[in-house]
Amino acid sequence: MAFYDKLFSALGLSEWCGTSDDKAPLSLADLAAQAGGEEASGPLMPIPSFDNLHESCNRIWQSRDVTNGIEEGFLAAKPALKTVLDPITQPLSWMLDGALWLFEAMPWFIMVPLLVAISWYASRSRPVTIFVAVSIMLLALVDHYDVAMQTLSIIFVCTTISVLFGVPIGIAMSKSDRLQKSVVPLLDLLQTLPTFVYLIPLIFLFSVTESKLYGIAIILYAIVPVIRLTDLGIRLVDQDVIEAANAFGMNDRQKLVRVQLPLALPNIMAGINQTIMMSLAMVVIASLVSAPGLGVNVLRGIRNLELGVGIVAGIGIVLLAVILDRVSKAALTRVDKTQVKH
Amino acid sequence: MTQPLVRLSGLYKIFGARDKDVLHHVQDGMGKEELLAQHGHVLGLNNINVDMQAGEITVVMGLSGSGKSTLIRHLNRLIEPTAGEIIVQGEDVMQLSEDGLRHARQEKMSMVFQKFALLPHKTVLKNAGMPLSVRGEDEVTCDREAAKWLDRVGLSGFENHYPAQLSGGMQQRVGIARALTANTPIMLMDEAFSALDPLIRTDMQDLLLELQKELHKTIIFITHDLDEALKLADHLVILKDGFVVQQGEPQHILLNPGDPYIEDFVSDINRARVLRVRSIMTPLGGDKVPADAHGEVDVNDTLESMIARSGGDTSHAYIVKDGEQTVGTLDMTELVRALVPRVASEAGARQS
Repeated sequence: MAFYDKLFSALGLSEWCGTSDDKAPLSLADLAAQAGGEEASGPLMPIPSFDNLHESCNRIWQSRDVTNGIEEGFLAAKPALKTVLDPITQPLSWMLDGALWLFEAMPWFIMVPLLVAISWYASRSRPVTIFVAVSIMLLALVDHYDVAMQTLSIIFVCTTISVLFGVPIGIAMSKSDRLQKSVVPLLDLLQTLPTFVYLIPLIFLFSVTESKLYGIAIILYAIVPVIRLTDLGIRLVDQDVIEAANAFGMNDRQKLVRVQLPLALPNIMAGINQTIMMSLAMVVIASLVSAPGLGVNVLRGIRNLELGVGIVAGIGIVLLAVILDRVSKAALTRVDKTQVKH
Repeated sequence: MTQPLVRLSGLYKIFGARDKDVLHHVQDGMGKEELLAQHGHVLGLNNINVDMQAGEITVVMGLSGSGKSTLIRHLNRLIEPTAGEIIVQGEDVMQLSEDGLRHARQEKMSMVFQKFALLPHKTVLKNAGMPLSVRGEDEVTCDREAAKWLDRVGLSGFENHYPAQLSGGMQQRVGIARALTANTPIMLMDEAFSALDPLIRTDMQDLLLELQKELHKTIIFITHDLDEALKLADHLVILKDGFVVQQGEPQHILLNPGDPYIEDFVSDINRARVLRVRSIMTPLGGDKVPADAHGEVDVNDTLESMIARSGGDTSHAYIVKDGEQTVGTLDMTELVRALVPRVASEAGARQS
């Protein structure tokens, strides 16, 4: 006799529910009770969950039907999704593989000076450039140069794509309040959903051997800040200046290119900095789905309890993070300075 | 009188979602407070009818909240009116298409802002050349015109500075140079000098008058400062709570305030510095020039300079000349009477 029986009969639904004649045990507790020959005696008033309601009424779902339903629904939609998404995302695989090949094929005596030169060009700061050179050589010294380059190539591709898509999306959001209202919850979802959780549908959709699998995961996670800060940056542009642009007859494109984007640039750069940091965080988790790089060594450290391997790779990631952060931050302050020169 | 360059007629602006629906209440005479209390809409402008003549400085004056900044933004439709007509150079601004409006903003009206509103990431030269580059002129032309006007407002040598490196007064000079580079017949100046300190403000007023003497633009100037208004205005419009309290020649308003509100305003003014001989002289009605005159004065001399000249002696009298022509006589006793505001003197000053 289940607790909610009275409820259903009071509502006149006993007929609709049907008789609960099957005595299949629903839970371990039921099983134990059956074995013991007594009725399972639950708490005084069980919480109205699907399982508890099912005990009184056969028509009600069981909780496992919910998860099953999601899975079946997803599997049913999979062929259609795959035919659409596969070709669209295929270039991502090519880009990731291409970048990986390029970063690995490039001899170190070209690659390292090139990276140092890029840091100098972006930051124009001597301490930052020296730090970059020393860090890369340190990584090379412990034979982590190759994996570090793999990680860097993934970040390079994913950040570029995030910026290419994120900035226009941010601009569109800043123009339309309605779009902003509908996109913001989606961004919140992407940012708060545990990273492992959105790996799951991706694994179903794409083969684990395809590099776009981790590419998509990283981009979905890392694109959020650049969208948010582009939107914010454009919305924060001084309204007086916008009014002046209107008063002198600028059209929308002129306003965007000459006024809004330049004035929002510090915020957009801050967004790009965050995007780089988040793709680095994600690239480690993505090693679970075959992303190469430093993350693989961290994973090995955990799986085989190889303490040293894990910690060296971890420190390598920290170094890489500091390099990327300092260079992009230095670039950011440089951009800011051209705004207000005193 | 010639056709005015800018004509505002029956202009209403109500801020709020249902502005068109509550318009008839205002047209039936509902005031600002009632409208806000009963319908939750804010009355911005209430039946504005103003003609602005070509080549004149029209000053719109009022305290904050009187709708003066709202008014100036209607001329180039930065704010859309609820009802009314805005005719600029014989063309109804309300009928313009989006392109037509942009064109009008580029070619007909330039604007100077209270907070300067320069582009912080561009040099002074590029800021001043902005109106031309928006029209699609090539860089050489933009830079040449910009440099010319920067020089004219006294900023040569600062072309490659950024706005943040300049003082407020200099930034506003860039703002004026930008408006001049646009080379539009109409200049809208929204409290252009209000953010500057008094000495610099006086400098800028002199600069504007000097430029106006040679350029003859049609300037619409917004201010909350009566001294500034009286100094600059050819035509003065006084706004209060969104309607025009009085408009006309500034000297005339000063001597004949039509409303206690304006009397209040003008009572604090240094009248000797603002009033000019032409406003208080006795016109020469075909009579002979009096023989006992102490000298000749110009119609545009201020009363202050007359007091200095007579040494404060009220028994003096002068012959007033407009160029070579004798146009009237000035009795110092009358001059002293004119210095006393009407409110203070009751009927005394006006009995003659």
